Amino acid sequence: MDFGLTEEQTMIVETTRAFVETELYPHELAVERSGHLPLELIRELQQKAMAAGLYAANMPVEVGGAGLDTLSWLLYEKELGRANYALHWTCVARPSNILLAGNEEQRERYLMPCIRGETWDCLAMTEPGAGSDLRGMKASARPDGDDWILNGTKHFISHADLAGFAIVFVATGEEDTPRGPKKKITAFFVDKGTPGFTVRDGYRNVSHRGYTNAVLEFDECRVNKRQILGEVHKGFEVANSWLGATRLQVASTCLGRAERALGHALSYAAERRQFGQQIGKFQGISFKLADMAMELKAAELLTREAAWKYDQGTVTEADMSMAKLKATEVLAMIADEAIQIHGGMGLMDELPLERIWRDARVERIWEGTSEIQRHIISRELLRPLGA
Amino acid sequence: MKVLVPVKRVIDYNVKVRVKADGSGVDLANVKMSMNPFDEIAVEEAIRLKEKGLATEVVVVSIGVKQAQETLRNALAMGADRAILIEATADVHQDIEPLAVAKLLAAVVKEEGPGLVLCGKQAIDNDLNATGQMLAALLGWAQGTFVSEVALDGDAAKVTREVDGGLQQISVKLPAVLTVDLRLNEPRYASLPNIMKAKAKPLATKTPADYGVDVSPRLTVIKTAEPAGRKAGVKVGSVDELIAKLKDEAGVI
Repeated sequence: MDFGLTEEQTMIVETTRAFVETELYPHELAVERSGHLPLELIRELQQKAMAAGLYAANMPVEVGGAGLDTLSWLLYEKELGRANYALHWTCVARPSNILLAGNEEQRERYLMPCIRGETWDCLAMTEPGAGSDLRGMKASARPDGDDWILNGTKHFISHADLAGFAIVFVATGEEDTPRGPKKKITAFFVDKGTPGFTVRDGYRNVSHRGYTNAVLEFDECRVNKRQILGEVHKGFEVANSWLGATRLQVASTCLGRAERALGHALSYAAERRQFGQQIGKFQGISFKLADMAMELKAAELLTREAAWKYDQGTVTEADMSMAKLKATEVLAMIADEAIQIHGGMGLMDELPLERIWRDARVERIWEGTSEIQRHIISRELLRPLGA
Repeated sequence: MKVLVPVKRVIDYNVKVRVKADGSGVDLANVKMSMNPFDEIAVEEAIRLKEKGLATEVVVVSIGVKQAQETLRNALAMGADRAILIEATADVHQDIEPLAVAKLLAAVVKEEGPGLVLCGKQAIDNDLNATGQMLAALLGWAQGTFVSEVALDGDAAKVTREVDGGLQQISVKLPAVLTVDLRLNEPRYASLPNIMKAKAKPLATKTPADYGVDVSPRLTVIKTAEPAGRKAGVKVGSVDELIAKLKDEAGVI
């Protein structure tokens, strides 16, 4: 077993971290305070990210990406994850892997502009009445000649305001299964500006300020069958084949932020003096630091192992759920303790801790709640036993 | 024209330097090491010369421990074409002295025949600021030190030097050794695609014996100590008090 990083991986970490610290950190406070990421800034940072080969580096070489193996990609995600979410997600975008599932024409029309930084993609699955229970979705499409007519509402759709199109999952039928009727789902590309497709501002969010969410409304919205991603009724299959590793992506970005928070906690514990000594010398503080470092390492090892297995083709759903669950919960713990070590100063926005603490909250909810992850893990344990 | 750039692996500039308990030097165990920042500027300049079509090949060379290979890979990932590692010691705490480095570089220059050597003005670990000058002397080449601007002009280079009084412009005949200063350029990030390509670029490993150079130390380190801590300042109550102190006590106005 080799736990070390290769020379290339070390360089990927160094380059990405240098970029994040030099180019993104200086803009964090303004974005956090205004909740807004100005387009001019996006354009400027996109150019820099492209020059550094960081933009869309998750993509394969043949479409202009860096062609990274899963672990290298996740190391890059971890470093990007240190920064404000809106900044790294928008200015150093990683187009969704699901765009690779498109046919030649769809790749040209949707994937390539995302890689070139001309637009962004967004995924629309969640509905007001369908969160963890995605099959419960009400949005639907019915065929009409060579077209399909979409109706329904999606919400919590991240950065749909910037995106030039949405990949929308809707019910296109129902089948009977031993466990009762089950909806068949199809994925469609829907361009902004298509009649009957409206994007409305979403909610104000405690986490990830500047990273917007939107409500998508479809009212007799007509799209051609050429806009179907994958096959009719096979939307979940497409999602499962191409979006599996997004849990590892969430885990990695959380690890980056947890490491940043721990770094602040360590320096503060070594510098801050109370009662005549550095506060790190008090056991109450030092034991916290030890636990934070240990938990972070445990979470990181889970993610790295899952990444390694992903490339071996042996990763299980439980592996990825464990990585996501552990990393998001460890981030919450470390952010909370880092603030405790800083005392009142930890709550002030001059330090990044208060936002890391706020941002940590959504991570245990999106991309599958902690409860869903525990369900996936336990299901994999019990299924072989017939339970 | 080939450009040769020597690069040194040094303690990272962000690391808080600690002296070893026995005072024999700086503690380098488990410490982040990086390319000397001035050397990074030299690599950047060489790559820019190549991008402008003024250089045909950028060769980087490092002298030290075998881990200096990482430093060379970094230079390759920035865009250098080829690397040479001269493994001169196995001890990370042994600093190869400027004269030995200059002799080795002179031997590499004879072998490679570059038209220009671009070095950092000094390494941030020992701050000796000697290697480039010694190399020029050994080769009998022209030298330009503390360079903040380079313009190649036929068989000469017009360079701007940062000197105490301001900026000095000189013309040096090529081949030459230029030692570069902080303001020459802003080094690029090693881009991800280039990082992936760096592994395929050639990296030759040599020893000082290959060049017939003795690298054994000629200097003895007697003691290494942390600089004395700064004394706390005083708070003044008013501008008048400040002016009075600057006049009477500090004697600066």
